[in-house]
Amino acid sequence: MVEAAYKSTGAISVRNVRKEFTDTKGERVVALDNVNVDIYPGEFICLIGPSGCGKSTFLRLIAGLITPTEGEIFLDGEKITKPGHERGLVFQDPTLFPWLNIYDNIAFGLKVRHIYKERKKEVREFIRLVKLEGFEKALPHQLSGGMQQRVGLARALVNNPKVLLLDEPFGALDAFTRMNMQDELLRIWKERGTTMIMVTHDVDEAVYLSDRIFVMTPRPAKIETIIPVDIGRNKKYGRKRDSADFLNLRSKILRVLNFTGKEIQPEYNI
Amino acid sequence: MEINKAASKTRDFKLKGLNILSALKGKLAFDFRTVLPVTSVLIAIITDVFIPNHKNLKHPELMHYRYFLYISLFAAVLFTVLSLFIKKIRDRYGYRGYFLTGVYIFLTFLNIITAKLLLLPQIYFPSIARIFEVFFDDTKLLLTCIGSSFMLLVKGIFIGFCLGMICGIAIGWSKRCNYWIFPIIRILGPIPSSTWTPLALVIFPNAKSAAVFLIAFGVWFQITVLTCSGIKSVNKAYFEVASTLGARDRHNLFKIALPAAAPTIFMGFFNATCSSFVALMAAEMIGCKSGLGWYVNWQKQMLAYANVYAGLIIIAVFCYVLVTLQFRIRDKLLSWQEGIVKW
Ligand SMILES: Nc1ncnc2c1ncn2[C@@H]1O[C@H](COP(=O)(O)OP(=O)(O)O)[C@@H](O)[C@H]1O
Ligand SMILES: [Mg+2]
Repeated sequence: MVEAAYKSTGAISVRNVRKEFTDTKGERVVALDNVNVDIYPGEFICLIGPSGCGKSTFLRLIAGLITPTEGEIFLDGEKITKPGHERGLVFQDPTLFPWLNIYDNIAFGLKVRHIYKERKKEVREFIRLVKLEGFEKALPHQLSGGMQQRVGLARALVNNPKVLLLDEPFGALDAFTRMNMQDELLRIWKERGTTMIMVTHDVDEAVYLSDRIFVMTPRPAKIETIIPVDIGRNKKYGRKRDSADFLNLRSKILRVLNFTGKEIQPEYNI
Repeated sequence: MEINKAASKTRDFKLKGLNILSALKGKLAFDFRTVLPVTSVLIAIITDVFIPNHKNLKHPELMHYRYFLYISLFAAVLFTVLSLFIKKIRDRYGYRGYFLTGVYIFLTFLNIITAKLLLLPQIYFPSIARIFEVFFDDTKLLLTCIGSSFMLLVKGIFIGFCLGMICGIAIGWSKRCNYWIFPIIRILGPIPSSTWTPLALVIFPNAKSAAVFLIAFGVWFQITVLTCSGIKSVNKAYFEVASTLGARDRHNLFKIALPAAAPTIFMGFFNATCSSFVALMAAEMIGCKSGLGWYVNWQKQMLAYANVYAGLIIIAVFCYVLVTLQFRIRDKLLSWQEGIVKW
């Protein structure tokens, strides 16, 4: 579909990152402590861990929306100091611009970057890709939560970022759309070589999609274990969901999560 | 065979007739509410024609009210007939039926207590006919007054709106402007603009520009405050989304902050328009030699109360039209909003 000319690199190095927040009572909360990871160009990473362990914080740090209290983060060797279009973020809450229709929401990034004219075609392609044809003129509040989430995904993708950060992007979708979107995401990932960092609560999803899974723990908030997913990908670039390897890895991860002493809980904070 | 054919022919014919009838039935419909206004206008006419005026009534020869009723009757009948055929008119006219009826009953009531029974002092409560007469007698003067008021208002609102937007954006967007300008606004803003009259009359070369200043001042304050608070209360997440999509500061202001704050800014604009009417009337009474406020004030001093009422009616219509226009514009601009108030 889109010219594969956008060869992006997209390596992320996180060096000794610590992030503290001050809560309403004025006390300091450590959201992340001593995080050191390297993410390779074009890698697919899933972050998994209980609520409040700092997953969103990790993504926001890479996006440049917040700066680390200590340590540094690099994109292709360049220090991240502020947000930029080369690091797209799909928010946990879709946060579409309510005054723009679906089409204009998706085209927003291209327009502010003044490349809309050349890449107009891609807006339509992404609308088709997230299965929202016919809703171009609709307003965000006229769409269901799942549809809004897909618009949010298309809006970030159309910018063709080097790194795409996804904060539970498929949480609000039904099982079928979800699996569909997973495959579409994998296709884009393969086609464009985008580095993907995705937060999820769904262990199956993590095993199906990622190259490596980062398991995070709260108190101390850090990346506890890194689990490589050494299972061959099928022709849709995903994994066979009922293979023995898949199920083995799945139970291994569940063991790791249990070993940390915390249950996986669904996340309700927005 | 022959007989059979003939029978089937008549049956066809009958069927056809039925079809036409049912088609008409689908189109034709009657809503009893569409008849109510006709009835009430008829009552008004009967009251006016058949109940004799009080013997002490001045100017009993004036017929403007009756002509108005005749025109109303014509219009009411026309709408009632149209309502039979056109669904859109039926729905809208039917919906207004009770209200219009009420209006004519009220006019009849006024007619009875003024012209017919003379229950109230004539000089302060002239007959409806005399009020209507003013529209015909004073047409030219009234039109000049409308034009003059309109120009004052447009100038005042325009200047106030522009300055208000600039100040509001500055305060809402920049910390330094907030530090310097906001305290000034907090001190100056709440002062009712008419309080500035003495100063305005000294500073400005003529009453008209003083009036523009007074109007602009009130508008400026409202727009400033609401633009600023609108911008400050924009959901921060929108800025975050925009900046990860490649937006810079200026995009964040013009493509996020202003559209997101637009409903609040419009609220300010609505308040400003309403308070600008007050300022306009006050300003026109201080030294202008034209305008609706001046007209009403002047006629009051002449004890020409019929003219005062006529002036008030025009002011009401004038404000109504301006506010309605404004809401139309808003509906266009802010159609994305959920559950906005329709005007
Ligand atoms: N802006 C903030 N101010 C104060 N505390 C915050 C802020 N953002 C996150 N936190 C705290 O940091 C911790 C991690 O939050 P978050 O990254 O949202 O977790 P997750 O996404 O894994 O559920 C939580 O304890 C949360 O209360
Ligand atoms: Mg989160």
